[in-house]
Amino acid sequence: MMFIPGNNPAMMQDAFIYRPDSIMLDLEDAVTMAEKDAARLLVHNALKSIDFRGIERVVRINPLSTPYGRKDVEAVIKGGVDVIRMPKTETADEVRELEAEIEKVETKLGCLGRTRIMAAIESAEGICNAYAIAKASKRMMGIALGAEDYTANLKTQRTPGGAELLFARQTIVVAARAAGIDCFDTVFSNLDDMESFRNEVELIHNLGFDGKSIINPRQISIVNEVFAPKAKDIEKARKIIAGIKEAEAKGSGVISVNGKMVDRPVVLRAQRTMELAIASGILTREEAYE
Amino acid sequence: MSSYMERSATVKSVAAAMNKQVFANKIEKSGEFRKEYQMKGSKIATLEDAIIKSGLKDGMTISFHHHFRGGDKVVNMVVGKLAEMGFKNLTIAASSLSDVHAPLIEHIRNGVVTGISTSGLRGELAEEISRGLLKEPVVFRSHGGRGGAVMSGELHIDVAFLGASSCDPAGNASGYSRSENAKSICGALGYAIPDSMMADKVVIITDDLVEYPNIPNAISEDDVDYVVLVDSVGDSSKISSGAIRDTKNPRDILLAQMAAKVIINGGYFQDGFSIQTGSGGASLAAVKYIRESMIEKGIHASYALGGITAHMVKMHEEGLIHRLIDVQSFDRVAAESIKTNLLHKGVGANEYASTAEGSAVHYLDMVILSALEVDVNFNVNVLVGSNGVIRGAVGGHPDTAAESALSIVVCPLMRGRIPCVVKEVTTLVTPGSTVDVIVTEYGIAVNPRRPELAERLRKAGLEIVDIHELQRLAYDYVGEPDPLPFGDKVVGVVLNRDGSVQDVIMNILD
Repeated sequence: MMFIPGNNPAMMQDAFIYRPDSIMLDLEDAVTMAEKDAARLLVHNALKSIDFRGIERVVRINPLSTPYGRKDVEAVIKGGVDVIRMPKTETADEVRELEAEIEKVETKLGCLGRTRIMAAIESAEGICNAYAIAKASKRMMGIALGAEDYTANLKTQRTPGGAELLFARQTIVVAARAAGIDCFDTVFSNLDDMESFRNEVELIHNLGFDGKSIINPRQISIVNEVFAPKAKDIEKARKIIAGIKEAEAKGSGVISVNGKMVDRPVVLRAQRTMELAIASGILTREEAYE
Repeated sequence: MSSYMERSATVKSVAAAMNKQVFANKIEKSGEFRKEYQMKGSKIATLEDAIIKSGLKDGMTISFHHHFRGGDKVVNMVVGKLAEMGFKNLTIAASSLSDVHAPLIEHIRNGVVTGISTSGLRGELAEEISRGLLKEPVVFRSHGGRGGAVMSGELHIDVAFLGASSCDPAGNASGYSRSENAKSICGALGYAIPDSMMADKVVIITDDLVEYPNIPNAISEDDVDYVVLVDSVGDSSKISSGAIRDTKNPRDILLAQMAAKVIINGGYFQDGFSIQTGSGGASLAAVKYIRESMIEKGIHASYALGGITAHMVKMHEEGLIHRLIDVQSFDRVAAESIKTNLLHKGVGANEYASTAEGSAVHYLDMVILSALEVDVNFNVNVLVGSNGVIRGAVGGHPDTAAESALSIVVCPLMRGRIPCVVKEVTTLVTPGSTVDVIVTEYGIAVNPRRPELAERLRKAGLEIVDIHELQRLAYDYVGEPDPLPFGDKVVGVVLNRDGSVQDVIMNILD
């Protein structure tokens, strides 16, 4: 998910050429008070007029407690946004408040149920309520960690190993999995240190995150490389899926691949490997399931 | 007749019969130590003396090279001296001119300079010429076109004033110096070589007069008439940049990755291929990806041509590229390499890119080029800006595009609010018939003349788009540009590399 300031038309116009999985147009922290209205109008028009070629379009709105939040909701739904990202989410009630606002606008526009919600958790209270937030609405598609505000709230700062974020990261992954939605890790802002960025992406990949927020197109290839399944994993997954098909055809419940029993978690992991291979552009859907 | 005395009458009569003088035997031989003696050589002169001795007259053509790029001091120094000496009506035949040559404006106004031929023009001088400063149009040639024209005599040079980073008293000149007094370095001297061979008189201007023999030499003493020592031929920091800087611009990186994919999958990426790339950010970054793929696949290049850059030198030193053929070293690393690497050879512009069979471009497999504008017929403009003002150089663009097996032009779809894929280029510099692939960040277009190439790229998983589609997309974003307000005076003539007239540049009105 690539962050793009909501007041930068050139970057919005070009975003899709770098093929991120999703883009997040930002109306919140990237935009100064004086530019809030102009950026909202710009993002609205960008959503309406730019062909993003199928890339998921997320907009980070201002909190509903500010004078801008509700105007943002209306403008981006009118623009046809896919996902609204709610900043600084601390409780499930806040999600429900946003849900109500979205429903109001969607009802008016006759597109009820179209807009999904992603909640960014950026405080200790938010982490404590992570599962409740993740389950707060059927529109919830994911939760994300916002590390800068979170570490400030914890009275610490970000360190190279990221020890201060470990609890929050694990909490978010567990909450997302329990709620059956996706989870996204925070941004890494030092563009001159690609090695540390790669280390961080490897860490969060191993922790179970579905994706990483990025601030520059140069970070995309590293995320894709880390998240892309390796050739031997794809081969293994292919065998498992083929074995399952064969077992189903024979009516047999249990199968074995390379002498090992294959149970449900193994099948699920194999399917996830194939989906990732497709998402990373390694395989086409036809190749994956031929 | 056994003694010389007895034969002297016969010597006299034979001399008369052969219409020759009789040997006078008045040789004065110096016993001076040669290290000091050579510095009194007859070729060494002040600039003024060299000009006088060269026989330069009003109305003649003088030539310069542009190897010192933005740091060049030779053109302004020589033309300033000529103005001071009262010369008029001179034609400058430069391999290229840039921002630093703005003082020529004054010399044009004063009638010292009345004609220019060059590969490019930039800055204030370009601006003034675009508005009609010169009576006669500027003649633009490609590097190969100029090299060929000089060698054939079509472009006759009366006196060549050629800057060199070192020269010995006999006239052996080089683009670097091995002495401890070295002041400048530019590496290859390819654009000066045809001039040194064909000009009626050749004056080397150097800031490091070194001991004989200054070998290996780029320019031979046989071709040199005068050697002038000056304080400085150029500002080193502007002649060549030192370090390799990899681009961090995401758009350039994307363009580079796409261009590299075209190179790798275009059908010519085989052991023994040859390649030329430019010095732009995307071009340099593409080399990085090509290198990785060469290592992975165990492929070696027979030669890289250029415009040699630090990246190419590195690959040569790693054994990935067997030979470097260099008409102009693009950075300091390349300039140093020509001094130290045996198989890094400097060549003249004619040997680099003339239409003559046997010039290096004839055996070039692939080239990556840039562009100011491309159009739906694959024509390219690298010379005149979208505001109608001259702001670039023809360079080796049309030479390499025409002769390579696969020419790739990398160009963003837009620069700011200016569309770069247009219906028709402002000035035709490289004909579309010679351009095979255009890479933009919004997609890759393949010339319809090359369906087999498009097929190969498609098979490799690259998305090929119609060039008209790219042009429409650009106009959708930023609108169709208004026609430029050109006048009816011809300020520039673009010659094809074969010498034919290809396009004209009209004066731009405000």
